[in-house]
Amino acid sequence: MRLKPTSSQTVGPFFHHGLMWLKTPDLAAGASEGEKIEITGTIVDGDGAVVPDAILELWQANSHGRYNHPADRQNRKLDPGFTGFGRICTDKTGRFRFTTIRPGAVPGVDGKPQAPHINVILFMRGQLTHLYTRLYFAGDPALAQDEVLAKVEPSRRSTLLAQPVAGQPGHYQWNIVMQGEKETVFFAF
Amino acid sequence: MDDRERYLPLAPGLHPLPLTPTYGSTVKRAPQKAPIVLPQTLSELTGPIMGAEYVQAGFDDLTHQHDGEPLGERIIVEGQVLDENGKPVSDTLLEMWQCNAAGRYRHEADQHDAPLDPNFSGNGRVLTDADGFYRFITIKPGAYPWRNHQNAWRPAHLHFSIAGPSMLTRLVTQMYFPGDPLLPLDPIYNSVPDKEARERLIARFSLESTKAEWALGYRFDIVLRGRRATPMES
Repeated sequence: MRLKPTSSQTVGPFFHHGLMWLKTPDLAAGASEGEKIEITGTIVDGDGAVVPDAILELWQANSHGRYNHPADRQNRKLDPGFTGFGRICTDKTGRFRFTTIRPGAVPGVDGKPQAPHINVILFMRGQLTHLYTRLYFAGDPALAQDEVLAKVEPSRRSTLLAQPVAGQPGHYQWNIVMQGEKETVFFAF
Repeated sequence: MDDRERYLPLAPGLHPLPLTPTYGSTVKRAPQKAPIVLPQTLSELTGPIMGAEYVQAGFDDLTHQHDGEPLGERIIVEGQVLDENGKPVSDTLLEMWQCNAAGRYRHEADQHDAPLDPNFSGNGRVLTDADGFYRFITIKPGAYPWRNHQNAWRPAHLHFSIAGPSMLTRLVTQMYFPGDPLLPLDPIYNSVPDKEARERLIARFSLESTKAEWALGYRFDIVLRGRRATPMES
């Protein structure tokens, strides 16, 4: 017999002492390989007001395109010090920041490579069920072949692309917009 | 990736809709466009393994984190974490947080005029055992006012965060108490469209979980999304 899953409820405004004991703004801390990168951004609501009480959970493959997880049975190198997981929250000005290593390409449906990306789960007060999105890297030639991006209408793809910051190699800017013309693309599975 | 490893589709009515106008904070924060439905790839069928390194003995007892014991009604909250196929979810991290017996969180943003308890922090965590069971010892949280609407009060609740084995099993929810008169009035509880799903968020009073001369027990089982078929054990 099938059981019925438990419903989601909001994290509310007081999650810090329950969840932020685990704060991992540097995913690369234990990594021994790969190009170190920095991501910064701001989250804004439908009025353009900053969201100072959001959590981002990050999940990514290592530089070889291998997830540190038993379901990833690819014959690719694991970097034991790199878990690929991070949890951060926005500050009072709605900003967030993390450092990591640039992920490698992982296989998609039928083994075709996906463009390198970081998987993001977003929680906040005012959000009753968490949201899924992805961060890709602007300028990556693999974007053109990516089957996920192909499902997104071209005018909205830029919401998923972290943009290189001029004069700061390895630094990318990626903002999340909850509503409106530039609303970030969210996914369901 | 074997198709049986993919997860079952979500039933409609199970999770709240993003825009729930009775819960005012959703109005400017809920996405207005429908999510794009994607096939499940390795990116979703994997996820962080949050294991034993995050938990120490005693983290499941919120009544012994300080020199003295917190004020309030001591309770035991226990249950089993399962997937939709009824398979126990072992060794997964549960994080729990709550306000104190007076209805006040230890949080700078909580301005409710109720006392903090120097002996209560209100957060704990535990790993499920080999059969998916967990247990917390804590005090019953109080109700508290919030500014959502005129004379708005949240029913007593515990916040739960559960990782599970993949990105698609991630769950944050709230556990409520049976018989709470505030439940019919609460926009967050009532945001779950399906009545039975909503009622599954209410713990059951359990005499079996109750410890004589010491604490009332409540049972709260948690069900995570399950795979289409149980993968072969390798």
